[in-house]
Amino acid sequence: MNTDKLIIGKKEFNSRFILGSGKFSLEMTKTVIENAEIEMATLALRRANNAGSENILNYIPKGITLLPNTSGARNAQEAVRIARLAREIGCGDFVKVEVIHDSKYLLPDNYETAKATEMLAKENFIVMPYMYPDLNAARDMVNAGAAAIMPLGAPIGSNKGLLTKDFIKILIDEISLPIIVDAGIGRPSQACEAMEMGCSAVMANTAVATAKNVALMARAFKLAIEAGRSAYLAGLGRVLDYKAEASSPLTDFLQD
Amino acid sequence: MQLRATNHMQYQDGMEKISSDIMDKVINGRKEYDYSIYTKKDVLNTLAKEFISVEDFKILLSPAAESFLNDMAHKAKLETMKHFGNSVCMFTPLYIANYCENYCVYCGFNCSNKINRAKLSYDEIEKEMKTISETGLREILILTGEAKKASSVEYIGEAVKIAKKYFSTIGLEIYPLNTDEYAFLQKCGADFVSVYQETYNTDKYEELHLRGPKRIYPYRINAQERAILGGMRGVAFGSLLGLDDFRKDAFAAGLHAYLIQQKYPHAEISFSFPRLRPFINIKEKRPNDVHETQLLQVMLAYRLFMPFAGITISTRERAGFRDNVIGMCATKISAGVSVGVGGHSEKEKGDEQFEISDPRSVKEVFDSITEKGLQPVFTDYVRV
Repeated sequence: MNTDKLIIGKKEFNSRFILGSGKFSLEMTKTVIENAEIEMATLALRRANNAGSENILNYIPKGITLLPNTSGARNAQEAVRIARLAREIGCGDFVKVEVIHDSKYLLPDNYETAKATEMLAKENFIVMPYMYPDLNAARDMVNAGAAAIMPLGAPIGSNKGLLTKDFIKILIDEISLPIIVDAGIGRPSQACEAMEMGCSAVMANTAVATAKNVALMARAFKLAIEAGRSAYLAGLGRVLDYKAEASSPLTDFLQD
Repeated sequence: MQLRATNHMQYQDGMEKISSDIMDKVINGRKEYDYSIYTKKDVLNTLAKEFISVEDFKILLSPAAESFLNDMAHKAKLETMKHFGNSVCMFTPLYIANYCENYCVYCGFNCSNKINRAKLSYDEIEKEMKTISETGLREILILTGEAKKASSVEYIGEAVKIAKKYFSTIGLEIYPLNTDEYAFLQKCGADFVSVYQETYNTDKYEELHLRGPKRIYPYRINAQERAILGGMRGVAFGSLLGLDDFRKDAFAAGLHAYLIQQKYPHAEISFSFPRLRPFINIKEKRPNDVHETQLLQVMLAYRLFMPFAGITISTRERAGFRDNVIGMCATKISAGVSVGVGGHSEKEKGDEQFEISDPRSVKEVFDSITEKGLQPVFTDYVRV
């Protein structure tokens, strides 16, 4: 039995692959969820707020935890209103706070994100803020009541991998909440690396959506994430950080 | 009626003047743009770059780049995929009036043309909108001719309020307004504004816009900025390609949008590419003619220069062209279009501004998007 669960809020997950859904065709979303054994998927409320046949909610299988995001929000107030709307239409209590007011690079605004996190946590949302990996801001998120921290690996959609690796490592070391890399992961090996260094989960969308064989790539991500998690739990073997083995003693002068 | 009586570079009474240096930068940038200096080597260098600068944008719009359309298309497709994934937004325009007080020599709506003028009543607007929404569409673009007296800001505001009942995204393509008027319409429920400069060449602009408020170049070019200051979320840019030197006008519209985005990073930027079709029975090739090749080059250059910007493809183009540019560079497509006044639920009340080349219904366009493996999107915006 798998005892290694990802816990966010009070909810347990076996899968550590969170799926972003914005860039798929709707029918593909379902295929990917099945192939990668996804348990949590994001959805942009701006895409879900339609009663018509093209509602993404109709394509996410029952039992999947929905993680509505606040994409489109330019400040904390807008993020809060979008989150409330998501709850009203039955998306549950999880919310990924995404506050962006730069249409070019789509980088998150940590300050507004912390404000939104605080307001939403007070309304009993399970808040997962998407942020630039800054330790001070991450501590603000913790104090504001976040349930997990979602630092970006690289600009959204860039598929560039863990450009912010060293800063994410600091968050892993210093923050007691689950750290989930969100944005930038371009290949399974990068997802594996993120898990290996101690991230609790990985979120990806573009990397899978732009693959030639989407279903197969979804599966590849699942396996890479599992491999990385196992490596982390196993404890990495001695990886020498320095150029030579410390065989010649530098401390043999000590006498008593 | 006296034509060309007013100074086209001078604001008239009632036209708000904002402090901005964007117009001067665009006019100068256009003037200095000499596309003849670029070589194939420049194009290859630009295509190898990850980020396309203003200088690179000039190269991509140059005649030298025309023979690299296929390479540009591949790069553009990748960028479109990265930023928009499979999604293609769908919308339809609704002309609620076609009164016009401008005399623009190239336009079917211009005030000297004896066409049937009409304006929908609020009941008619509601009926039209209800019919449109029954097709599933949730985005609408409300258009009027440019006549503030006949189609007042209050009238447009009421139309927007009606639209709010049926649509999640409401855009406006109307005459330029002052900041407070944009703010009023934003409060009514509209969030996106399109204003096309037609040509950015001030002299040519003067020759083509003989009468009416549209003659005033600076008031028009600063419309996007006033719209943003009035609280609009997104603004669209474009020039009517073929009126003047299309490469220079395409460059100017791109530079205009670039400068607005730099000044207002939150503003959502989009483009549209109307063109004057070349006369097909003229044999010799004229350098300003915009055939599909040139139109595509312009669209691809924009996609590479601003990979995050929306690009709309109009029904002025044929179905075969439209179906091939979605997913490659275009991100939004109109469907079920009527360009007369009304025309969705009842017979059109007023004459059309131009002829459309893709008369397909919402369902037909929807199906052809799906056939390409792309995802038609009706709702991509939540107003909060």
